[in-house]
Amino acid sequence: MLKGRAFKFGDSISTDHIVPGRLAHLRSNLPELAKHVLEDADPTFASKVKSGDFIVAGNNFGLGSSREHAPLVIKMSGVSAILVKSVARIFFRNAINLGLPVLVCDTDKISDGDELEVDLEQGVINDKSNGNKLTFKRIPKAMLSILNEGGLIPYIKKHGDFKL
Amino acid sequence: MGKTLAEKILSRKSQVDVCAGDIVVASVDLAFVQDTTGPLTVREFEAAGFELSANGGKTVLFLDHAAPSPNCQLSTDHILLRSFARRTGSRLFDVGEGVCHQIVAESMAKPGDVIVGSDSHTVTAGGLGAFATGMGSSDIAVAFALGKTWLRVPESIRVMVNGDLQKGVYAKDLILHLIGLIGADGATYQSLEFGGETIEKMPVSGRLTIANMAIEAGAKVGLFAADEMTHKYLIEQARGDYYQSISPDTDASYIKTIEIDAAGIEPTVSKPHTVDNTALAKELKGTRIQQVFIGTCTNGRLEDLAVAATILEGKKRHPETRVIIAPASKEVLLQAIAAGYIQTFIEVGAVILPPGCAACLGLHQGVLGEGEACLSTANRNFKGRMGNPDAFIYLGSPATAAAAAISGEITDPREVL
Repeated sequence: MLKGRAFKFGDSISTDHIVPGRLAHLRSNLPELAKHVLEDADPTFASKVKSGDFIVAGNNFGLGSSREHAPLVIKMSGVSAILVKSVARIFFRNAINLGLPVLVCDTDKISDGDELEVDLEQGVINDKSNGNKLTFKRIPKAMLSILNEGGLIPYIKKHGDFKL
Repeated sequence: MGKTLAEKILSRKSQVDVCAGDIVVASVDLAFVQDTTGPLTVREFEAAGFELSANGGKTVLFLDHAAPSPNCQLSTDHILLRSFARRTGSRLFDVGEGVCHQIVAESMAKPGDVIVGSDSHTVTAGGLGAFATGMGSSDIAVAFALGKTWLRVPESIRVMVNGDLQKGVYAKDLILHLIGLIGADGATYQSLEFGGETIEKMPVSGRLTIANMAIEAGAKVGLFAADEMTHKYLIEQARGDYYQSISPDTDASYIKTIEIDAAGIEPTVSKPHTVDNTALAKELKGTRIQQVFIGTCTNGRLEDLAVAATILEGKKRHPETRVIIAPASKEVLLQAIAAGYIQTFIEVGAVILPPGCAACLGLHQGVLGEGEACLSTANRNFKGRMGNPDAFIYLGSPATAAAAAISGEITDPREVL
C-alpha cells in the first residue's frame, strides 16, 4: 500500500518542466539534478515533497524528451506513484523501466494536498481527504512484469531476455 | 487482413505475423545514444555487467547536443562516451559531425529497419520507411546488450495529403497544421502513416521534417512508404543498394483516416508554449522577434538552408533581430558552403554555428534572455526549452524564420518570396 499526499499539477507537464535542458550539465550529478525536479512547473515542489507522496496531474503528462532523468528525479524525490489522466508514451515506458508506477485515473476527483492510499494489487486509490474511491486503468501485462521486477535492468538481469 | 507499415515492419523484424496491439520482441538494426542521455545508458549498461550483443545491429554514440561542450560537466560526459566507444568498438560521431538524426538519415537508416535511440526525435528516420522510435537510457542499454527490444505494435492513423502545397508553404507547415488539428496527444502510442499524392511527390528532406515531429503529436512513429523518392535519396547518399520498396497494404486497417488538402495550408506557426498551439503566420504579424534560429533535426538540411538563402540573399537582418544558423550535419555544412548559402548568411549578419543541436534545447549557443521571443525552425517550444522559462518560442518553417530575420517580426513568408 502506497501512502502520501497529492501534489496537483495541470495538463501538458513536459519533460522540460521536470528537468530542463539547461540543466543537462547536472545529469551526471543526480542528487544535484534532483533538487530541481519540476522546477519550471512549481519551484517549491522539491522542498515540499516527502517520501511516499504522489504527483497528480492532468493530460499528456511527461510529453517531450526521452530523457529518463525526468522519471528518475521524480523517483529520487520520494514520489511513490504518478497519477494522471493521460501520459506521454516515452515517459510512461521510462517510468515503468525505473520501477515507478504511472496510474491512469480521473484525477479531477483529487485535490491538491489530499491524503491518498494506493493499492497497486487491487487497483484502487482511496482519497482519505474526501472519501472518494477511484480505480485506475490496468497497467499492460508486459509492463507490469517489468514493474514487478523493480524496472527493466533488474528484469533483464534476472531473466536474461524478454519473457513478456 | 492487410497490414499497415508498422505491422509490416514489425512482423518482419519479430518473425511473427503481428497486428496492432500485439507485443513483439523485434531485432534492432541500429541503437544509438546522444550526449545528454548516453551517459546514463553507459552507466546502467556497465553497472548491469552487460556486454555488447555480438549479433545485434549497430551501436552508435553521438556527441551533438552539447557540441562543442559549454562546461566541464558535459565535457566529462563526453569523455565517458568516447571511452565507452573505444572500449566496446562502437562507432562514435564526435563534436562537429552533426545532429544524430540527420547522420542516421544520411548514412545509416534503411527502409524496413527497426531503429531505437535515446532521443525522442529518433522518429525522424520514419521518413525513409524505418520503424524508428525514441526510448529512454535503460531501454537503449538493453538494446545494446541484446540487439533487440520489445514493442507494442501501434494502431495506425492514416494521414492522406492531396493537392499541391502553395508557394511559400513547406512540409513544416503541413506537420504544424496537422499537430494543431489533432493536438499534442492526438496520436499518443500510435503510428502516423502518411500517404497521398502530395507525400508521393515530396522529397525525403520534407518527409524527414514531418516524421521528426510525429512525436509532437505523441506518436510512437511517423512512417512513410519507401518508394522511388526514397530510392533516389539513398542513391544520392551512395546507399542505393539498401533500397527496398515498402508500402502499406491497400486493405490495411486504420483506427482513423485524416484527409488534408495541401493547397489549403498556409504558413503556420506554433505559439508558446505547446506545439499544438498553432496560428497562421499572417495572424501573428507584429509579434517582435529577438532571435531567429534556423537548423536542427527538423529543418537543418540543405533544402531548408536553400529556402532561407533564397529569401535572405542580398538582404540585411533586422537590427534588433539576431540570426543564428546551424546546419544539421557536416555534410550539410559542406554542401551549403559549396552552394554559397553560408556566404549569403554571413553577409546577412547571421552567426553560423557548428553542425549539431545548437540552441534547440537551451544548453548553449543561443540561450534566450528574459522576455525574449525566438522564431525557431526546431520542433519544440515548451516553456524553458531554449534555456529560459521566461522566454517565448515560436516554431515555423525556414521561410517563415528567414522572413522574420529581415522584418524583425513574425511575417508570412509569401510577402518576401
